[in-house]
Amino acid sequence: MYTQALNSSDGDDRGVEDVARASQFQARIDADERIEPNDWMPAAYRKTLTRQISQHAHSEIVGMLPEGNWITRAPSLRRKAALLAKVQDECGHGLYLYAAAETLGTSREELVDAMLSGKAKYSSIFNYPTLTWADIGTIGWLVDGAAIMNQIPLCRCSYGPYARAMIRVCKEESFHQRQGFEIMVTLCRGTAEQKAMAQNALDRWWWPVLMMFGPPDQVSQHSDTSTKWKIKRFSNDELRQKFIDATVPQAEFLGLTIPDPGMKQNENGNWVHSPIDWDEFKQVLAGNGPCNRDRLAARRKAHEEGAWVREAAAAYAEKRKSRQLAQAAE
Amino acid sequence: MATPNVPLWEVFIRSRNGLAHKHVGSLHAADATLALQAARDIYTRRGEGLSIWVVPSNAITASDPSEKGMMFEPAESKIYRHPTFYDVPDEVGHM
Amino acid sequence: MTVANIEVSETPLMLYALRRADDALILGHRLSEWCGHAPAMEEDMALANMGLDLLGQARELYTYAAKVEGRGNDEDKFAYLRDVRQYRNLLLVEQPNGDFARTMVRQFFYAAFADLYWRAMMASSDPTFAAIAAKSEKESAYHVRHSSEWVVRLGDGTEESHRRAQTAIDDLWAYTGEMFAVDDGERGLIDAGIAIDPATLKARWLKTVTGIVNEATLALPKSDWMQQGGRVGSHSEHLGHLLSELQSLQRTFPGATW
Ligand SMILES: [Fe+2]
Ligand SMILES: [Fe+2]
Ligand SMILES: [Fe+2]
Repeated sequence: MYTQALNSSDGDDRGVEDVARASQFQARIDADERIEPNDWMPAAYRKTLTRQISQHAHSEIVGMLPEGNWITRAPSLRRKAALLAKVQDECGHGLYLYAAAETLGTSREELVDAMLSGKAKYSSIFNYPTLTWADIGTIGWLVDGAAIMNQIPLCRCSYGPYARAMIRVCKEESFHQRQGFEIMVTLCRGTAEQKAMAQNALDRWWWPVLMMFGPPDQVSQHSDTSTKWKIKRFSNDELRQKFIDATVPQAEFLGLTIPDPGMKQNENGNWVHSPIDWDEFKQVLAGNGPCNRDRLAARRKAHEEGAWVREAAAAYAEKRKSRQLAQAAE
Repeated sequence: MATPNVPLWEVFIRSRNGLAHKHVGSLHAADATLALQAARDIYTRRGEGLSIWVVPSNAITASDPSEKGMMFEPAESKIYRHPTFYDVPDEVGHM
Repeated sequence: MTVANIEVSETPLMLYALRRADDALILGHRLSEWCGHAPAMEEDMALANMGLDLLGQARELYTYAAKVEGRGNDEDKFAYLRDVRQYRNLLLVEQPNGDFARTMVRQFFYAAFADLYWRAMMASSDPTFAAIAAKSEKESAYHVRHSSEWVVRLGDGTEESHRRAQTAIDDLWAYTGEMFAVDDGERGLIDAGIAIDPATLKARWLKTVTGIVNEATLALPKSDWMQQGGRVGSHSEHLGHLLSELQSLQRTFPGATW
């Protein structure tokens, strides 16, 4: 999902740790206890979580860019306000998540630097361009829809600060998907040109959205430990299936065609999709999606151009502190 | 060059009159004034707050989780501190 | 087919609402341009909040202008189907964001005025204006607070931030005079107790501005030459570009509903 690069292995460093503590830790997880920042935890748990939460945070922040691309062009004042509030929410989500990651001992600055240097990953979905207004509807409907599906189980994740951040995020997400779907309904009830715009957006976003859930279960290397630690409660394929089954009737309501002619309903009522082009997914994660370079460049520019502002605030805080000290000494 | 750290603050919000301030999250800000404004801008956008406290994260002294036994378990056996420990005849009614 | 600009009948009260609506929309739009690009995430949140406040004010004021006009226009027609020459906002608010210092100084100059203005307008004999004023006053009070804290920090921060803040003040100062100007139509509304005379706010505005600028170790320009024209549609070159972006969908797909 927003943490796809987790599907590569960390290696196993639990051997070096106290076996007794590790089994106590696992017993706490099994008893559905929450792990808190100062609690003892295996180094691999800390590392996995730091990576997952920070990737999630990067995704929220980079995710502001494709939608932010349309704030100044939103076609009505009502849509403009909703979109600005929505993209602002994503910034808030990034902020809550960085804070949760920091409780594991890595500063926000380090985490952000890792993203800006290209070392840390973020969700592949945000490397696709928003070409028309229908993309904004589609992102809200499908990308936020997929995110919600992934995030709700994370509200019960074993790590307390992450779970609490997700509860806040999920509360705020609830309007994002509805906002997007409303745009789609309006377009589909609009002119022929608008309807075509909506269909075209769905055609472009459908497969990348399915990829958001990550590689199929047989090749996903990380799921085992993540499941054992109750970081992950559903597999990639389970979530993907749930998402497709929820989306098919919505597309039908809109009168849009999901761009998968081979998709069939099985005897359990699940919609079975055709094979996903995992090569495209790998390329996008490797930095070769249509917008990877633009996204990183935009984040770096904001960061670099903001440096003098952050320095000014720090310098002023220092001055004020020393003035107060001087005053107290008088 | 690594980005220099901006101080971390913990945010506490009183959501309704009569309630205590509750920890809601953290943020980064160079000083207390900016921290308070950021807390308002981040954590009260949906009418969640009537009052905000911000505290530098490093000003918090926390108990050590490995001392949980010593710190908290001794209280568990003092069942006589709880009203249900005492028998009052039914006829007396609610007390 | 091209979309024609709407026709607007600018009676004094209608025009009065339209001008304030345009101020709020254009400044709100400028702030929204920052979204995703601010110097820190915390500030991204703050800029969006101020932008949303202003968008909300604009919508209420356009809706009122439409009602007063009574010709079937609405908030979106006003926003999306008027050309540069029909826009009535202050030159100050259409000035590009530039760096963060320029955005904050622009915000401070405007909010320090808007705060006094809306507070005074709460006493308007026009109940709609009085209600919009009551809401807007609280919002602009916070905008003053936020922008002034930043002006102080940028002015009294580092050498670079001081230089940038001073440049912003020097460049934007000439656009502040327009806030206090009144034409004949507005004079009539002032006499009727519907509008307030902005000239009466000037001394207090200058006191607030001077206080903050001094605290920031910055200086106000000596020149008192002031640019005018926004209120009658004589804008800077910047507004056309802003509108071409703002209006692109409505202009490309005539008559569609979004
Ligand atoms: Fe999201
Ligand atoms: Fe989000
Ligand atoms: Fe979202």
